[in-house]
Amino acid sequence: MTPTPSDRDRLLDRDGPEPQARSAAHPSAVQGILLIVRRELGHYFRTRSGYLIASLILALYALLYNVFAVGSTPKYSNDILSAFFYFASGITIVASLLISMRLLAEDRQNGALALLATSPLSDGQVVLAKYLSGLAFLFIITALTVYMPLLVFVRGKVSLGHLFAGYLGVGLLGAATMAIGLFGSSIANSQIVAVIIGGVITVTMLMLWMTSRIVDGPLGEVIAQLALHDRHFRPFMDGTIQLSSIVFYLSVTGFFLLLSRNVLEGRRWRA
Amino acid sequence: MIRTEDLTKFYGDRCAVQGLSISIEKREIVGFLGLNGAGKTTTLRMLAGLLAPSSGRIEIEGRDMLAADAHRMRWRIGFLPERPPVYEDMTVRRYLDFAAKLRGYDAERVPDRVHEVLDATALAHYADEPIAWLSHGYRQRVGIAQAIVHDPALVILDEPTSGLDPVQIVEMRTLIRSLKDQHTVLLSSHNLPEISQSCDRLMVIKDGVLAWAGSEEALSAKLGSPTQVVLELVGDAARMEETLHRLKTEKAIKTWTKVTGSERSEYRLDIGATPAEQIAKATHDAGLGLRKLAPVAHELEELFLELTKEAA
Repeated sequence: MTPTPSDRDRLLDRDGPEPQARSAAHPSAVQGILLIVRRELGHYFRTRSGYLIASLILALYALLYNVFAVGSTPKYSNDILSAFFYFASGITIVASLLISMRLLAEDRQNGALALLATSPLSDGQVVLAKYLSGLAFLFIITALTVYMPLLVFVRGKVSLGHLFAGYLGVGLLGAATMAIGLFGSSIANSQIVAVIIGGVITVTMLMLWMTSRIVDGPLGEVIAQLALHDRHFRPFMDGTIQLSSIVFYLSVTGFFLLLSRNVLEGRRWRA
Repeated sequence: MIRTEDLTKFYGDRCAVQGLSISIEKREIVGFLGLNGAGKTTTLRMLAGLLAPSSGRIEIEGRDMLAADAHRMRWRIGFLPERPPVYEDMTVRRYLDFAAKLRGYDAERVPDRVHEVLDATALAHYADEPIAWLSHGYRQRVGIAQAIVHDPALVILDEPTSGLDPVQIVEMRTLIRSLKDQHTVLLSSHNLPEISQSCDRLMVIKDGVLAWAGSEEALSAKLGSPTQVVLELVGDAARMEETLHRLKTEKAIKTWTKVTGSERSEYRLDIGATPAEQIAKATHDAGLGLRKLAPVAHELEELFLELTKEAA
């Protein structure tokens, strides 16, 4: 039943008691975020673009797994796993950028961002919801690759710890790249520009390990620590979990999510 | 209901809205008029919470909508921007369901409410079709439906009839009028007849400044000359003109011009200080049938042009 006008007047009466119905009429942030996540995931499964991205990523996984990880020469199981997670990291970076480019830019392009921007959610909550939806889709695709390392069980020995560490690393790298891509999407008015911005930032952060080699002293060390892949991902790839690397990836994620929120807030002031 | 004080918005150095102070009461339909670039859309976007003002104050039901946690109160507002904020991959029903829940409408009552709104906006037939398949007119309806589906107190519509055909415009006008029963409505439009027929009150904005606020009649009275009258007569055309010549000679009227007709003619007169009764008596004495004698009612377009000219 819809509230009658008189109910609504009572509801909005500023001098009256805080109405009970207001809690019903006011969404919790968590409900709002989950609603957006469900809608976005639904989008991937309703449209061709979702299936296209998933098919492309899984085909790349299958190809690289057979050519590079398994190969034609005998290998130790650990080496196969390390090789698997190495190329998985590259595919995850590409997948994150492809998934994230549409998250905000598409809504801005088609005008739907106004619906979210005038909802009772804050800009930070909208950014978080969009981010989580992209990440959930990435994790669903990544989860579909588990059978590949598990195939090694057939004729070799695999440490479950190695498997866990590898996927944790892939997940953290994906989370960080997704945040970078979302930042690109928050700035851009088109998805193409969004993926270019995200790509440039990601490649720059990937190449920092090369820069660190030509910079001496502590600065070189700082630059090496900021590299997105080299020092921080290799331990995961080899089955080791490093707390500093977890903190690094979470920091990069938080930093770019914060920037994205600031971009959305800033747009309210600019135009 | 809604009040703004000294609302100002700068885009860089350019002032889009300057010191706008307006007040709208409950259950009013207010039309926001202005030329392109006058500041209408900027104002509506600020009221909807989409845009932050450079300075000033916005209050809705006494609450400061620029406070840090004001976003939580946005469920009181329904907003249709110039482009309906729709997700084309969703069906109309799913989309409205999403929009209602996003604004915190009681989840259990959402299906009933969506059903009601689908009926009210004549979208029931298309409820389960993807929005991508709908024509511009129906998307516009979906835009209005999302603006009212959470039963907000204030509905803001930016150019709701933009791009619609004449039949759709009439239907949209009826729909907008029907919103008055439950909502306060603020709408902007270039379509002046639509404003004239849909709204209780007008606000005219020019160069970011409020040039006029009031009813169309008040605006007409302000700008129209009270000595201009419309005279409609039935009878012999020669006798009509003879009578008007005589009245002019007697200085009972200053000027007269024929607008239309022969045996049933309409004239526009400037009667100066002469009582209208004297004109009526003169036509009666001449054996002419008096069909109409009334002050000139200005068309809204005319008033609008005069007002923007006056403000300039």
